[in-house]
Amino acid sequence: MVVSTLNAVFKRELVLAFRQKSELLQPVMFFILVISLFPLGVGPGPETLQKIGPGVIWVAALLSALFGLERIFRDDFADGTLEQQMLSGIPLSLVVLLKVAAHWLVSILPLIVVSPLLSLFLNLTSAMYTALLATLLLGTPLLSLLGAIGVALTVGVRKGSVLLSLMLLPFFVPLLIFATAAVEAAALQLPYNGQLALLGALFLLALALSPVATAYALKVSQN
Amino acid sequence: MRSCPGLCYYSAQFFPNYQVHKLALLDANNLTCCKSDRVLFQQLSLSLDVGDILHLQGPNGAGKTSLLRILVGLSQPQSGCVNYQHTSIEQSNDFAQQLIYIGHKPALNPALTAIENLTYWAQMHGVSLLSDIWQILSDLGLAGLEDIPVSQLSAGQQRRVALARLWIKPAKLWVLDEPFTALDVNAIDMVQQKMQRHAQQGGAVILTSHQPVDMMHNIKVLIMEYQWL
Repeated sequence: MVVSTLNAVFKRELVLAFRQKSELLQPVMFFILVISLFPLGVGPGPETLQKIGPGVIWVAALLSALFGLERIFRDDFADGTLEQQMLSGIPLSLVVLLKVAAHWLVSILPLIVVSPLLSLFLNLTSAMYTALLATLLLGTPLLSLLGAIGVALTVGVRKGSVLLSLMLLPFFVPLLIFATAAVEAAALQLPYNGQLALLGALFLLALALSPVATAYALKVSQN
Repeated sequence: MRSCPGLCYYSAQFFPNYQVHKLALLDANNLTCCKSDRVLFQQLSLSLDVGDILHLQGPNGAGKTSLLRILVGLSQPQSGCVNYQHTSIEQSNDFAQQLIYIGHKPALNPALTAIENLTYWAQMHGVSLLSDIWQILSDLGLAGLEDIPVSQLSAGQQRRVALARLWIKPAKLWVLDEPFTALDVNAIDMVQQKMQRHAQQGGAVILTSHQPVDMMHNIKVLIMEYQWL
């Protein structure tokens, strides 16, 4: 029963995302706009762009992920679906995990899909791009998992989005540092396994703890 | 219990005075609820038997919704406990299966249709998918509206969709917060009859409503009031 229920949760998230296309497009449009403005803003020198490229892509990904983050629980909290979910007897942390997975799939995966094009804009070498892709694949699920805790804590607060950004950005800083360090190492043709391993460890830690913490935070927000 | 500054004092009165006894489906003992440093109610005990319909009455802000949310386990009281068939609701295995809670918020996503919303809810609550969900909706006067997004329905129609849950899930305990808001006379009548049948068939209902529910013969009333000290 639990499996079919969780299947229903996942399916509903995807259906909702495709019904609300403008919200779906917003993060990816923001991502593309910010990155395509950078070569115009800092000048088209290939070396400058190559130097700042990984950082720019990561910062843009981080901010656009932050924009779409509230969507994870906002509507369900506002219309009461979350209450019903809590009373259904299905473990809330599993529901949370699926919602986070669906959110990553619809609002962050598109960013990764368009990133090859954008790394061409920024003159990244293929070695740098490979490293960037690896850090994005490991790091962005971490953004969603950590973000879910923040959203769950602020969902009951009016004007919670400002609080959310302030609360989450400090947690995203280590991620940003390790990710860009990996790409820089790749640019110098150095191994970057260490940085990837750290990102992977952070991701697994978040995967284990975040759903439980998020479920608890949602219960607190209901109180 | 937290000490609260004595701005105002709320008390709950019971008519009749319920005693916890062994038939109780749901019983609450010595509940105290404080919101924003005000005591909404304290030492509130109630017991609900099979066949009971309990109507909570009281002015706005008396704590009716807070009490209902505590009774279903959405909020935690400052002190006291709620038991379902003598097991704490947090540990009870079948409380979730035997409960329908319909709150102020209709739990309908405006972008989804009535059918999608209700199907999702049914799956979540472990009710096997019913083919007669269309029949239920048409009985509720929603024929032809099953397939359009809920945002395009009127407030009363949305409330009807939310209340369709009473027909979908077989559950003993219904907790309904203002179920009649925005409903027309016919719909109120239909829901009241449904509640009465439910009580006669071995269920129990707790509801809040500012509308009189005088049609029911076996209704019990709990009046929550507040007094200024």
